[in-house]
Amino acid sequence: MTMTPLMTPATVSTVPGLNAPQPTPLSETKTLTMGKAINEGLRQAMLDDPKVVLLGEDIGALGGVFRVTSDLLAQFGARRVIDTPLAESAIIGTAVGLAYRGYRPVCEIQFDGFIFPGFDQIVSQVAKFHYRTQGAVRMPITIRVPFGGGIGAAEHHSESPEAYFTHTSGLRVIAVSNAQDAYSLIRQAIASDDPVLYFEPKRRYHVKGEVVPELGLPMEQAVIVRPGTDVTLLAYGALVTTARDAALAADDEGISIEVIDLRSLSPVDYAVVEASVRKTGRLVVTHEAAQSGGLGGEIIATITERCFSFLESAPVRVTGFDVPYPPAKLESHHLPDLDRILDGVDRVMGRR
Amino acid sequence: MIDFSPQLVQLLSIDGERIPRGDFDSWVEDLDGAALLALYRDMVVVRRIDTEATALQRQGELGLWPPLLGQEAAQIGSARALRSDDFIFPSYRENAVAYCRGVNVTDIVKVWRGNALSGWDPYTVNMATPAIIIGAQTLHATGWALGAQRDDVDSVAITYFGDGATSEGDVNEAMVFAASFQAPVVFFCQNNQWAISEPVGVQAHRNIADRAPGFGIPSLRIDGNDVIAVTAATRMALDRARTGGGPTFIEAVTYRMGPHTTADDPTRYRDPAELAEWKTRDPLLRLHRLLTSLGEITPEVEAATAALADAAAAELRAGCIGMPDPEPLSVFDHVYTTPNATLERQRADYAGYLTSFSAEHDIAEQNGKA
Repeated sequence: MTMTPLMTPATVSTVPGLNAPQPTPLSETKTLTMGKAINEGLRQAMLDDPKVVLLGEDIGALGGVFRVTSDLLAQFGARRVIDTPLAESAIIGTAVGLAYRGYRPVCEIQFDGFIFPGFDQIVSQVAKFHYRTQGAVRMPITIRVPFGGGIGAAEHHSESPEAYFTHTSGLRVIAVSNAQDAYSLIRQAIASDDPVLYFEPKRRYHVKGEVVPELGLPMEQAVIVRPGTDVTLLAYGALVTTARDAALAADDEGISIEVIDLRSLSPVDYAVVEASVRKTGRLVVTHEAAQSGGLGGEIIATITERCFSFLESAPVRVTGFDVPYPPAKLESHHLPDLDRILDGVDRVMGRR
Repeated sequence: MIDFSPQLVQLLSIDGERIPRGDFDSWVEDLDGAALLALYRDMVVVRRIDTEATALQRQGELGLWPPLLGQEAAQIGSARALRSDDFIFPSYRENAVAYCRGVNVTDIVKVWRGNALSGWDPYTVNMATPAIIIGAQTLHATGWALGAQRDDVDSVAITYFGDGATSEGDVNEAMVFAASFQAPVVFFCQNNQWAISEPVGVQAHRNIADRAPGFGIPSLRIDGNDVIAVTAATRMALDRARTGGGPTFIEAVTYRMGPHTTADDPTRYRDPAELAEWKTRDPLLRLHRLLTSLGEITPEVEAATAALADAAAAELRAGCIGMPDPEPLSVFDHVYTTPNATLERQRADYAGYLTSFSAEHDIAEQNGKA
């Protein structure tokens, strides 16, 4: 994969009226956790554009419950890092008004399951304004959502609500899987004139990776993270790592899996998926979200329409079950893991 | 200045007599006969536009229309108090406000004919287009005001909503945010007594204006059919917002003399005596009485005002009927700011499908078969 900078890294500008020390922006390759990579991306976006403002609960002094916005209040001040009252609809709704006035708001929804009070503003306003006004009003809003399970959390803290948003026209939806993409895609999301739902796999926040300042491929492009010839395995978010591990394990049995990190869930980069399926003839899609009405079904339907004659077997979904997110002691049964993914691979290979 | 247990503020009686009130009079000192006549003219014209739009709906030219009959003073008085750099976030009934903002009458009905989801570019008139989700726009106004605050300008956001909207979470959240950040926003509630068929008592157990102080927002309860009181209150609230005083809540007590929309039938739920009673409080009638006593109403003025109203109605009718239907493939336009592969594919497929019905296509097919 070639790394084409979309935007040149900006030089540090002096933010007037602020006495806090100015940390050096990312100018060289660093090893960062995913959480810190998002933090660096936010910082760079705020340095680049004074219209970027952050809104969310506990994002100021605390730096967010996951510390993703750490130190940004000290650097940019309370006019740009806004600790809001506890009202998700208002976080999104006021972001709409700020966008109306030319701002580029980045909203933090504290946990996946807390997005629903803001759902109406996202679906009825954020997603529709550009269409409604025939292009006159743009909504360059980024909505950051820590998502997914695997951390032993309480109810409403482990959900995967992405399909509600991929079903909504007017939104772009992305999910990152590693520190580099976390950095590159948060910057691309903020720079986008379309609203972007940015899903962060919370169980990978602490995983470190190398991050270069260049932004790489456009966010709507899927990436083949591991080439293979027998099976195409689609994943996004936290499950990309699981999918890679599964591919490694399958090697031992002589099965070559091509792992694709979708990155963009809306739009889906079908060009990359189609090319892969035409090569392998077999497709497995995995996500933590429930199966029915999920992204996997949509992708499989589309690939079946477009690549029917190339398919060697019926595509398979390896997903969370159609249950509300279960209690923590049951989540290991609900979440797709390496073995369930390999079981899905066996099914498309006709081995069971 | 603003009292936290507001009594109804009225500066113009039903009989058309000016009621002096020290704390408000200074805000309307400049409203001389000519200025009042200009407000009256606006009110006559928007009532005529409204009536014409209702007629156009009955004749099948509009799919729906939300009449503002009876709410002219609330809308004209507040809209004319604004500066051009203030920004309006309306609901869907503020057609008189749009008129004051200079929106073309044809553009006002574009939405209701079904030709577009919004009739104008908000930035050309500093007024957002109709918001149909009840109360959602109050948050947009608050956010816009936060932006104005960050830009260090003294422009103010004003948002219009009804009594029904005050039950919505968004309106309450907007008041929390506006108070916490002392945002320069005016909450202008037209309490028209009815949310479709639900009387205001279903929404509010006591006066709506009483609620705002609980959020830390001073409120005013004014006679919304009194254009002088509306002007005074709005100017007061705008000034407060402009000078760093934060948000103000205005409850303009008015009456929806017509149906909720043309799809509604208020005779199913409303006592005719109530309508008759409110007709005596008609906002145009009382201003006409005041202007008559001031000697501003002459046969010439009446004729000129009627001519203005008729011209607006004629322009609306011609513009509405003459409006071209949108192009079929424009259904795909502006979903995103940049091309989207999935959508482009659907557009191309549908374009091909439409072409398959064209005469040229049929001829080509026949030639192919022959």
